[in-house]
Amino acid sequence: MTTRGALWRKADPAVATAFGCIVLLLFLGSLYSSSFLSPDYLLQQLKVASFLGVIATGMMLVILLGQIDLSVPWVVAVGGMMSTAATGWGPTGEALAIPFGILCGVGLGLVNGIGVAYLRLPSMIITLAVNAVAQGLMVVHTGGFSPQDSSSAAMRFIATGHTLLGIPNALIVWAAVGGATVFLLTRTTFGRAIYGIGNRERAAYLSGIRTQRVVLVTFAIAGGLSAFGGILLAGYASKAAQAMGDAYLLPSIAAVVLGGASILGGRGKYIGTVAGVILITLLQSILSVIQMEEAGRQIIYGVVIIAMLLLYGRERLAR
Amino acid sequence: MRDWRYRLGEHRGTLLALVFFILMFTIYASNHPAGFTANVVQTAANKGVLLALVAMAQTFVVLTAGIDLSVGMVLVLTNCLASWIVLGSPVMVGLGVLGVLLTGAICGAISGAIVIYGRLQPIVTTIATGAIYFGIALALRPVPGGDVDSDLADALTGRIFGVVPASLVGLLVVVLLIWIPFRRSAIGRAAYAVGSSQAAAYMSGVPVRAASFLVYVLSGLLAAVGGLFLTFITASGEASAANGGSYTLFSIAAAVLGGVSLFGGSGSAIGAIFGALMFRTIGDLLFVFDLEPLWQPLFQGVVLLAAVCLGSVRLFQIRNRLDLFE
Amino acid sequence: MDPVAVPLFRMEGASKRYGGVKALEKADLTVEAGQIHAILGENGAGKSTLIKIMAGVVEPDEGRMLLDGREIKFASPAAANQAGIVCIFQELSLIPDLSVADNISISNPPKKFGLIDRRAQRKIAEEALARAGAEDIHPLAPVKDLPLSRRQMVEIAKALARSPRVLILDEATSALTAADVAKVFVVLKRLRSEGLALLYISHRMHEIAELADRCTVFRNGRNVATYRAGEKSDNEVVELMIGREYSHVFPAKRPLAASDKPPVLEVRKLSWSGRLKEISLAVRAGEVVGLGGLDGQGQRELLLALFGVLRGVSGEILVDGAPASISSPSAAKSRSIGMALIPEDRKTEGLMLPMSVRVNLSFATLDRISRRGVVDRASERRLIDEMIELLAIRTDGIDGPVGALSGGNQQKVVIAKWLMVKPRIILLNDPTRGIDVGTKVELYQLLRTLAETGAAIVFYSTDYDELIGCCDRVLVLYDGAVKRVLVGDGITERALIGSALNVATQGDGVAMASETLV
Repeated sequence: MTTRGALWRKADPAVATAFGCIVLLLFLGSLYSSSFLSPDYLLQQLKVASFLGVIATGMMLVILLGQIDLSVPWVVAVGGMMSTAATGWGPTGEALAIPFGILCGVGLGLVNGIGVAYLRLPSMIITLAVNAVAQGLMVVHTGGFSPQDSSSAAMRFIATGHTLLGIPNALIVWAAVGGATVFLLTRTTFGRAIYGIGNRERAAYLSGIRTQRVVLVTFAIAGGLSAFGGILLAGYASKAAQAMGDAYLLPSIAAVVLGGASILGGRGKYIGTVAGVILITLLQSILSVIQMEEAGRQIIYGVVIIAMLLLYGRERLAR
Repeated sequence: MRDWRYRLGEHRGTLLALVFFILMFTIYASNHPAGFTANVVQTAANKGVLLALVAMAQTFVVLTAGIDLSVGMVLVLTNCLASWIVLGSPVMVGLGVLGVLLTGAICGAISGAIVIYGRLQPIVTTIATGAIYFGIALALRPVPGGDVDSDLADALTGRIFGVVPASLVGLLVVVLLIWIPFRRSAIGRAAYAVGSSQAAAYMSGVPVRAASFLVYVLSGLLAAVGGLFLTFITASGEASAANGGSYTLFSIAAAVLGGVSLFGGSGSAIGAIFGALMFRTIGDLLFVFDLEPLWQPLFQGVVLLAAVCLGSVRLFQIRNRLDLFE
Repeated sequence: MDPVAVPLFRMEGASKRYGGVKALEKADLTVEAGQIHAILGENGAGKSTLIKIMAGVVEPDEGRMLLDGREIKFASPAAANQAGIVCIFQELSLIPDLSVADNISISNPPKKFGLIDRRAQRKIAEEALARAGAEDIHPLAPVKDLPLSRRQMVEIAKALARSPRVLILDEATSALTAADVAKVFVVLKRLRSEGLALLYISHRMHEIAELADRCTVFRNGRNVATYRAGEKSDNEVVELMIGREYSHVFPAKRPLAASDKPPVLEVRKLSWSGRLKEISLAVRAGEVVGLGGLDGQGQRELLLALFGVLRGVSGEILVDGAPASISSPSAAKSRSIGMALIPEDRKTEGLMLPMSVRVNLSFATLDRISRRGVVDRASERRLIDEMIELLAIRTDGIDGPVGALSGGNQQKVVIAKWLMVKPRIILLNDPTRGIDVGTKVELYQLLRTLAETGAAIVFYSTDYDELIGCCDRVLVLYDGAVKRVLVGDGITERALIGSALNVATQGDGVAMASETLV
């Protein structure tokens, strides 16, 4: 029995703020140039946002558990490089390029999951270590040079093509991933378990939830999604590149946090992450249009994250 | 007699790290094509000291069961700053050095203030502050460049009496001036107490917040020393995110290898130094045994992974599974 | 003793309320120098609140304290320490990774040139340890390597190093061996002769008999009696400690019919980590078995062991006569075993407070309301509505956070959550703590109903009335082992307290612990 009023009450203030900021940015941008509001531009932004969106989805799942995944940079690269490598292994390789890349990501995610769920290591440390190992593996694989393999046709198709009514395929892919995630989080027992563990792992455990398994699988999914992001990026650029994932770690965390998810876990809606992703993409775009250098961008990221956290993420004084 | 046994036990992690390091370095030096010469030692020392400084920085924060993911970026920032201001007349150089060190301490203070007084989680906070510091570094040095006072640089990266690497002496000075007083002071002990059991520390009247804040400041300071030293080595400033990230990673690995517990409350910066030197030597060992340099990052990554997993050995003693949670 | 002399410490009319519960009600206490003053009372009688006020940990709502005749207030434990009142709490305040000497001088170490003077600190430690009769403890030993009994000695030494005028020991001997206790007594007596005032809280009557000069009994937050040691017999003391009117209403118990079937739950020689020692018990379908005894004698650990939470449990657990291996709560709640545990702390172990009532209710039965991992909202709704009606849970809407419900309703949610599992064995870990009387009555009725439908119930409670009113049998635990089994009419407060305190009381007709089945 939800009335209109109840819906408004339920609206997360953080999500509302994030959408508000998006509108604000668009407005400010339009003052600079009216082309900011053109459908072409907006669609282009959404396409670019899709890559971050897929990666941020995995990050969100991990953050909902109350953990963090710092292996994103090189798992993204693994996804990109392994899928392009597979493409070069003949027709079967090309056909299986995308699943292969994702599988590599899942494998690395499983290592993270084992470390966190079974060895009870702090997620930050184990994911940092896995990131280093992934980097090492890719350095060996590429010989230190820029990878020369090109992406498969399928990869390019999902990243750059337009099918349905001129909507970029990448956006459709993100929508599909997002839809599946929303379903997972709101309609399945697995999703309930994630929120429960993020809220109070103790209580979830004592309620008979197999908490370790849930954590393991979540990290595996996150690894797969990071790798999938890398595949999309490689499809977009037609090939992979060294350190291609480095630029996605901080923004993915920022997007999740800006969307109102609690860094401590147990709270957050996917729509918030969507808002966060779009917000960051727009921010990036506008900063580059007004030609703000990388330096300024980094500073703004950091300041925005801290400001949002101070507003929504403070621990209670009772500690 | 039992005194010695207890003192030994207290420093077990550090001593193990020392032993392993000596072992590895002996293997390295004896297999090095140029042999155990002063030159070889000097080069190794310079590279090692840099890592040791950032490992020490991380140790301060880890002792309180926190983490500082911005140490690498503070190092990069202070490196870029030093390439601007550690120049000119001796007075200017002196002021420049002070300015660099102060900057590092301020960076640490900012991170610490947000974590302790803002009550935010250290992981995300220090990632964010790290980004800010990197941005500033990039603003200072969009492209690598700059210079540093060559006399000072040569002195601190060269040799004393033709044999002893000056960098090692400098490291010793840092340990004597900063680490030892900290370790022996009441507030230093408070930091250990906080990491060991924050609840008991609070009940015992230990200054929890002051100690927790101080370690971030010291971390920034030591990262600045590292940044300064990097400037002396390279005689330039470079704002490289990859380098910054690597230093942060190395600092954690070195601390863990040096016997510092990630759960807080035990370990020593001296152990972290040996851990850093050990980690550095592992990389060099690959070179000495003609293993392709290509494999170095992977090798180091695997060693880090293994070192980190050692931290979970505690687990097997837990008898009540509820203790695994919170 | 000069009768005109002002007592060293006096507390007058102290009251303290926690929510709706009166922990202390106009309590008085007089403490004289050079005396050992024992404080007795059941759990919840107000002893720990009294101590916390004296030690500066909490502030009283009303009343005052006088030290040397002058009124004082303590803003913090440090202030109390300054005034010379030092308390050794049950929960140790030692830093595990630091040495004994570091811990003893943790808050105010001797300094030289601004740094800690290790030699002076070591001397202080050695003196304090000697004063405590624990010279065998090496000052440089790390505390985490010491066994619990040694740690308690260090805690005592730490307190002595602060030169107290009033020393409070709250169950400070609970983990000590008999030899240690003897040593501590020598120390306490010496301190007494040095003019200290000592407050000694303990349940061990023989210790009190040996040490105390004066005794005070607390009941329901009030000081009900103060007398010179030896003036009252043990039985009189026990009577002073009880004596509440029965304010609870318990449904009538039905005697169990004889049956050939094996007990639903049987435990043989269950041991764990020195905290549980060869416990055996059996519960038949329809039976409510209570766990009694003082706090911390292993009751909670026993429930956790049954539920699969503890590692390294030895002994056998049989369900329906067949051996069962329960390795985790998820195994315990599986259909073949059908066990449910209502945990100790509903806020951190039973519920996810920010999440909705609906999600909390269905959390243990997710697998039963879903098909292939997808939640079936309709069947979830149905089951939830049934439960809400059955337990009369008062809530504004099942989608609101469960944290907004009253304590009683929160506990009902926890119980409802587990009843949805349709358990055959129900374990309850002190379920009515902090719950209003009305809800308690509803819960007692529920327990009886569940028993009548064939559930086997193990019920740990710190409230004697409940054990008497709800249980068919009560196992009284002491130090991890079953000390006594009380059956039927033999479950009386006197018997419960007596066996909990390890005192033989007259006219009980109780079964000895060696009998485990009726």
